[in-house]
Amino acid sequence: MYSQGLDIGADAGRAAASAEELAREEAFQRKIDQEIKIEPQDWMPEAYRRTLIRQISQHAHSEVVGMLPEGNWVTRAPSLRRKAILLAKIQDEAGHGLYLYAACETLGVDRAELIDQLLSGKAKYSSIFNYPTLTWADIGMIGWLVDGAAIMNQVALQRCSYGPYARAMVRICKEESFHQRQGYEIVMTLARGTREQRRMVQDALNRWWWPALMMFGPPDRDSVHTAQSMKWKIKRFTNDDLRQKFVDVTVPQAHYLGLEIPDPELRWNPERGHYDFGEVPWDEFWRVIRGDGPCNRQRLEQRRRAFAEGAWVREAALAHAAKRRARRAA
Amino acid sequence: MAAGAELFSYLLRLGDDALILGQRLSELVGRAPEIEEEMALINISLDLIGQARLLLSYAGEVEGAGRDEDDLAYLRDVLDFRNHLLVELPNGDFAHTICRLFLVSAFKEQQYEALARSRDERLAAIAAKALKEVRYHVRHSGAWMVRLGDGTEESHARAQRALDALWMYTGELFTPDALDRAMAEAGVGPDVAALKPGWDERVNAVLREATLRRPEDGWMQSGGKDGRMHTEHLGHILAEMQFLRRAYPDATAW
Amino acid sequence: MKDWPVWEVFIRPRNGLDHRHVGSLHAPDGEMALELARDLYCRRGEGQSIWVVPAAAIVASAPEDRDSFFEPLEKEYRHAQHYRIPPEVKGM
Repeated sequence: MYSQGLDIGADAGRAAASAEELAREEAFQRKIDQEIKIEPQDWMPEAYRRTLIRQISQHAHSEVVGMLPEGNWVTRAPSLRRKAILLAKIQDEAGHGLYLYAACETLGVDRAELIDQLLSGKAKYSSIFNYPTLTWADIGMIGWLVDGAAIMNQVALQRCSYGPYARAMVRICKEESFHQRQGYEIVMTLARGTREQRRMVQDALNRWWWPALMMFGPPDRDSVHTAQSMKWKIKRFTNDDLRQKFVDVTVPQAHYLGLEIPDPELRWNPERGHYDFGEVPWDEFWRVIRGDGPCNRQRLEQRRRAFAEGAWVREAALAHAAKRRARRAA
Repeated sequence: MAAGAELFSYLLRLGDDALILGQRLSELVGRAPEIEEEMALINISLDLIGQARLLLSYAGEVEGAGRDEDDLAYLRDVLDFRNHLLVELPNGDFAHTICRLFLVSAFKEQQYEALARSRDERLAAIAAKALKEVRYHVRHSGAWMVRLGDGTEESHARAQRALDALWMYTGELFTPDALDRAMAEAGVGPDVAALKPGWDERVNAVLREATLRRPEDGWMQSGGKDGRMHTEHLGHILAEMQFLRRAYPDATAW
Repeated sequence: MKDWPVWEVFIRPRNGLDHRHVGSLHAPDGEMALELARDLYCRRGEGQSIWVVPAAAIVASAPEDRDSFFEPLEKEYRHAQHYRIPPEVKGM
């Protein structure tokens, strides 16, 4: 889900392989079917490796870019407790980004290259972070809806076939549990507050609901490569499955607080045992993925600037380490 | 036991130092030179906000007027803040950020070490906990002072520039006033002048390793801890920090 | 643009346990690697001792050698289940 724009078609399609390659791929698939983890240095199909690099790095980029909308409000958090909680959450996200970059590097790619792809606009990150945080209520929405959606996907990824990614996800899931709760707590406090606070939180829900549903990626009918990802146990549930699950779980949470979901077609369907909901505005989804969301340019610009301004610092650290080594050798 | 009003003012000094520096560091989200360093600085900011909460809560109790940590943090204006000037200065470039953090943390290490022996048990407990955190802050910022000072020509120049610019705010840390003396007499706080030798030792050792020149002592700025004259920066910090509370005065919960 | 080198991190969560590999990180020197390892892996108090090792210093076995390296070690008489002891005999 942090890997919405994933396309492995180009890699998966190849001319007929040699008998040896075929045997290797079969052995590889058998390992996966037996839930044996693939570790770094193990043989793997090139398409598997590239898909993982893209999925893991997209996830890492999302964590790192995701710190920005929250960073936008941490200096204005309305209580010291909220400020401390938000700082802890942001710190967790930085940590998650670092675990994921580290996991990605085990696949033979340099972090510097990944960062370069992010800052040059070549790499993708979750579209949700291209929306602005306009009020304090938005911070509540990010915790409740965005982290809620992420958790749904991440729990499944703990059983992903690639060892380092699965282990990073176990660590991340353990830490993630408070993220959603703190968001819901903010929303609940506002929903039970003054008229102005209630207006603030309903407005935030109106703006974040559909982007949150978009986090699960395009509909299954448009996601032709889901099948291969599922076979390789990189993906464990389809986009629509997760999206439906999210709606079913979240709608009662909103109704409990007297909040309205901005979807006139939302209704409980007793035959299906699920909520029916309206069509996600897919043109907006593709537009944001392609770079024309409200904040795409800003988010990247901010990270770019920090990176550029930090060059002399990184160089100084390396220069100093080199001096120390030289002194020790002397 | 020290009189309520004096202890209250003293706790504000300590709480405001932690709060304002914590706030300054929280501005660095998305702005640090590397994600790793961003994590470290946010961690330090979190420590400081935690210290601020403990100190300001205690202050509110001592005052006995029903003000809690948030009332004190969000509803006082510049005239009533009691932090040292050094913590309200802007972050500047990374050399400036680190240098300021180092100079303040080295002071806090001395101050909290002394306060951990305070006759006020609650303050002693807060100080003992804060001391553990501050030792890490000194270590982290000190190591960076050395990397920058003894790194490249550019980093050395920036570090020296930062040190020279910040030096005139260090005098306030060690100049006792009437409140400091009253607290020292009551056994609640240290004689701040006596904290200087320990600070000098730590600072000189780091500057030496960093190949940085210790600035000459010239005129020292003051007016923060007694609230006589803050810098223009504090108003902007408060405007940002306090906005929501001021914009929605009827809201009782956030 | 040269990146900071990679370090592998090993944490002993509590006394009595071994150091376990928990992941890797980038840092310019050992001091920062240690501090960062603490920030990254011990935020919830899960650490008692930290080792950081430059990734370049690690000598690792290769997966291709797995068969020749590990299988000969398998000698079943090293395992207790290999031996049949009559059930009447206690304490073994």
